Amino acid sequence: MTREELQAAITNLEPQVTFEEAGEFLNAVVPSELCRDLMQALHNMPDLSMDYMFCLTCVDWKTHLTMVYHLESTAHGHQVVIKSQLNRENPEIETLSDIWRTAELLEREVFDLFGVRFIHHPDLRRLLLTDEWEGWPMRKDYEDPINMIKL
Amino acid sequence: MLQEVAKTDTGDLVINVGPQHPSTHGVLHLVITLNGETIKKVEPHLGYIHRSIEKMCESLSYRQFIYSTSRMDYLSAHINNHGCALAVEKGLQIEVPQRAQVIRVLMDELTRLASHQLWWGALAMDVGAITPFFHAFRERELINDIMEETCGARLTMNYMVPGGVMFDLHPDFQKKVKDFLTLFKSKLPEYDELVTGNIIFQNRMKNVGYISKEDAISYGCSGPTARASGVSCDIRKKYPYDIYAQLQFSEAIETAGDCWGRYLVRMEEMRQSISIIEQLIDNIPEGDFVAKTKAVLKLPKGEFFTRVETARGELGIYIVSEGGLTPYRIKFRSPGFSNLSALDHMAKGQKIGDLVAIMGTLDLVIPDIDR
Repeated sequence: MTREELQAAITNLEPQVTFEEAGEFLNAVVPSELCRDLMQALHNMPDLSMDYMFCLTCVDWKTHLTMVYHLESTAHGHQVVIKSQLNRENPEIETLSDIWRTAELLEREVFDLFGVRFIHHPDLRRLLLTDEWEGWPMRKDYEDPINMIKL
Repeated sequence: MLQEVAKTDTGDLVINVGPQHPSTHGVLHLVITLNGETIKKVEPHLGYIHRSIEKMCESLSYRQFIYSTSRMDYLSAHINNHGCALAVEKGLQIEVPQRAQVIRVLMDELTRLASHQLWWGALAMDVGAITPFFHAFRERELINDIMEETCGARLTMNYMVPGGVMFDLHPDFQKKVKDFLTLFKSKLPEYDELVTGNIIFQNRMKNVGYISKEDAISYGCSGPTARASGVSCDIRKKYPYDIYAQLQFSEAIETAGDCWGRYLVRMEEMRQSISIIEQLIDNIPEGDFVAKTKAVLKLPKGEFFTRVETARGELGIYIVSEGGLTPYRIKFRSPGFSNLSALDHMAKGQKIGDLVAIMGTLDLVIPDIDR
């Protein structure tokens, strides 16, 4: 599918999606409460079949957090980036770990480093840091006088 | 984090493998639930070598951050650097000279050979054969010597920079590489004789750690792990970078999906790498080895994603730039992390002795997973 066709297909699935012009992939921004339904459709629709999630991450924009999902279809070869804005004080979004199995560990990593809570995640614990660690290190306002060396 | 050896209510035994265990090739810690000798669950505990490279990169300039990526997947250091250099070049639209492109691809493929050699020796040792380890290191040493002459380092190369490579090739480079290829091509049949054809080894590999094509995609597997299940995912073929589009090589694909399939894919990849090096070694164009770039690099505002094929699979580099001197956010999509997430699926129902073989064929490098 070309970029325009993809954009039309996604608008058809979810009219509330907005698109960003720039970037090498098609960037679609979806409200966080609608994210899971859209993702499920992207994965299941035969002519979209986004079965490969090659990146899942989060960006701290100081005013809000943005979840970024990079999806690709191994059958059709098209890619799309889905973004979802989260409230910084209480970031919550539905898990995708039952749609793409790879998301289970990746979401745990995002929880560990950004503090995003994934609703219905089967096993949401810290992954890289110890269980008793305080704070979310990848956030921009994180301070740690012992472990962090400011350059 | 370490758990006591415990018995659950159903009589299952919970044991720790690692973080200090020879077969995990690093500080990986697995908590395994066993029923007798059968694995019921494998739970990886990560972070023993977590350095938060992504956070560090946020305060390093676009020239500096590349060096920290050599410390991620240290067996594919060149390819990690290559990916980062490509990401910066994409943002600044730098035209890389032809000579630099050829040098980069040569270095990438030599790295891939060295990495697969180490994997081959270590896998054989994991399943109980000591000798192949020394054979593999004997040949790998020659590649390290070649690297040392040109890059000045044997492991953390830091050779590729935005716009090209840091130094020109050593005058002996072509001769040394050709000598190495002649030698290694005579040794590769020896590898097959020693290990591939060994019936004990085959029995340890076949029908062990199976993963289907659909599951491999769902778990985000890439590289030889996914290609052994029949997923065509070689980034060098799908999204060619530098001069890969002009080269003749085939993507190694198996459909078995077990340890044996992953073994065969990597053995075939070694042959393909040899073929790529042979195509290029006599055709290194003259010219600059690095493009002229500004002293201070500033990426325009926006997002950049590059994908390269390391020895373990797909490395993705996601840079979010705000137009400043340093990246606003960097995410490394490391191949080992996703491949490791499939370990539980592969090991379920297998015997505990097979876990070592499965981990061996996944070719895990822990600093790449923890970052």
